[in-house]
Amino acid sequence: MRILTTNNLCVSFGGNTVLKDINIHIDKGEILSIVGPNGSGKSTLLRTLIGAVMPTSGRVKVVSNQIIGYVPQRLNIDATMPMTVHRFLSLPKRQKQQSMDAALQHAGLTDLGRQQLSTLSGGQFQRVLLARALIEKPDLLLLDEATQGLDHSGSADFYRQIERVRQELNCAIVMISHELHTVMRTSDRVICLNHSICCEGAPDVVSVAPEYRLLFGLDDDQMFANYRHHEPETPLQESFI
Amino acid sequence: MLDDFILRAALAGLGVAIAAAPLGCFIVWRRMAFFGDATAHAAILGVALSLTFYIPIFVGVLIVSLLMGITVATMSERGYAMDTLLGVLSHASLAFGLVAVSFLSGVRIDLMAYLFGDILSVGKMDLGVIWGGAALVLMLIGWRWSALLMSTVNPELACASGISPKREKIILTLSLAIVVAVAIKVVGVLLIAAMLIIPAATARPFSRTPEIMALIAAIIGCGGSLAGLKVSYVMDTPTGPTIVCIVALFFGISAFCQYIFRSKPTNA
Repeated sequence: MRILTTNNLCVSFGGNTVLKDINIHIDKGEILSIVGPNGSGKSTLLRTLIGAVMPTSGRVKVVSNQIIGYVPQRLNIDATMPMTVHRFLSLPKRQKQQSMDAALQHAGLTDLGRQQLSTLSGGQFQRVLLARALIEKPDLLLLDEATQGLDHSGSADFYRQIERVRQELNCAIVMISHELHTVMRTSDRVICLNHSICCEGAPDVVSVAPEYRLLFGLDDDQMFANYRHHEPETPLQESFI
Repeated sequence: MLDDFILRAALAGLGVAIAAAPLGCFIVWRRMAFFGDATAHAAILGVALSLTFYIPIFVGVLIVSLLMGITVATMSERGYAMDTLLGVLSHASLAFGLVAVSFLSGVRIDLMAYLFGDILSVGKMDLGVIWGGAALVLMLIGWRWSALLMSTVNPELACASGISPKREKIILTLSLAIVVAVAIKVVGVLLIAAMLIIPAATARPFSRTPEIMALIAAIIGCGGSLAGLKVSYVMDTPTGPTIVCIVALFFGISAFCQYIFRSKPTNA
């Protein structure tokens, strides 16, 4: 089931074209990754999808009554605002104590509910953001470099949780990531963005596309990613993950 | 019962303190302190216009403060640096207001009363306006509380939850204009921002959640108003500035407490 489509989406800021003729669609239950160099408009695309940026032309169509979860790249809570983790999870809609505790437990943050947000570490904060996005059981989850600031195992945990969420909620997930090997392993579809869409398709198709190689070159990561996709059953790989 | 001027003054002070508390918290959280100042300064221009066109002071001040708020909000979106913009508009409107007042020939107005408030001359009618305005602001903020909080925490998260941060900003601007219009009689143009910001800042170290901070700020504002009134009565000092002095003292105590307890591990 299609839950979001964009029609010739264009966004420009003060004469600078950031996004040009973006036509994408997202189906229920799929994981779509957006990759691209710095300043290629990835974050702007996500922010346009949630309605925080108005398109200069074109449209974003979301099937009605979809709950959207969003995890921003970074979030600064002003130190002047007192805010416990529990209160944050209950924004803007009040949540049951039970579901908050369950969400924190899933995120590996049991017992942190009464703590102030400003005292959390970067990694803990990122998990709280994800827990908050998941608490309303979204139909569409948008992640903007959500593993930024997480260590290696934290990042692996994060992607495991994303996979589990997809299976439990059958929600669509759109994520921006710079960790190309993880992207290629976890996504169903990849869009390569550099102001306009350079190429898109299944990970193994995109990773050999000339447009993609032009943008990212060809390093060991991608060799590894390609290799993984061609022979996913080889037991040897587990030790690399 | 309302014939006693001290009682009317006390009720006026309480009305302003209660309305200013939650709004003041948002102004502190959103780092809008100078925005409050600019809106308040614009009020003196509103006073001049009201006297020129024979409209109630409350209406004139409300209109000009609202225009000021909208101007600042629009211009800041056009890329002007916020502090520069507010520095220009805040003092320009104060200057224009003072010049405009001087043009009013035939009307002898007590400028000091508008600059520093004249809480002891609050009449029954004024009391009605103050409590009406305060109730309106409390209802507006209470109704939009969650949405306002969400867009203050992060505008993009608010968008994703179907909240329009722009609309919430307009609601704050409107509430601010109302508070300025009702508070001008109590503390005057120059000290309104103090009644907004000081109670909220004083409440911060003792608060775990936004709601508790707004509640403590209201208690501090009310306490400061009543104590200020009493002190000014006993010591024969100007009432509006005395109220501000008392809440500023509360802030000093709060900052001291925070300094003392800072070394201990705390979740607050």
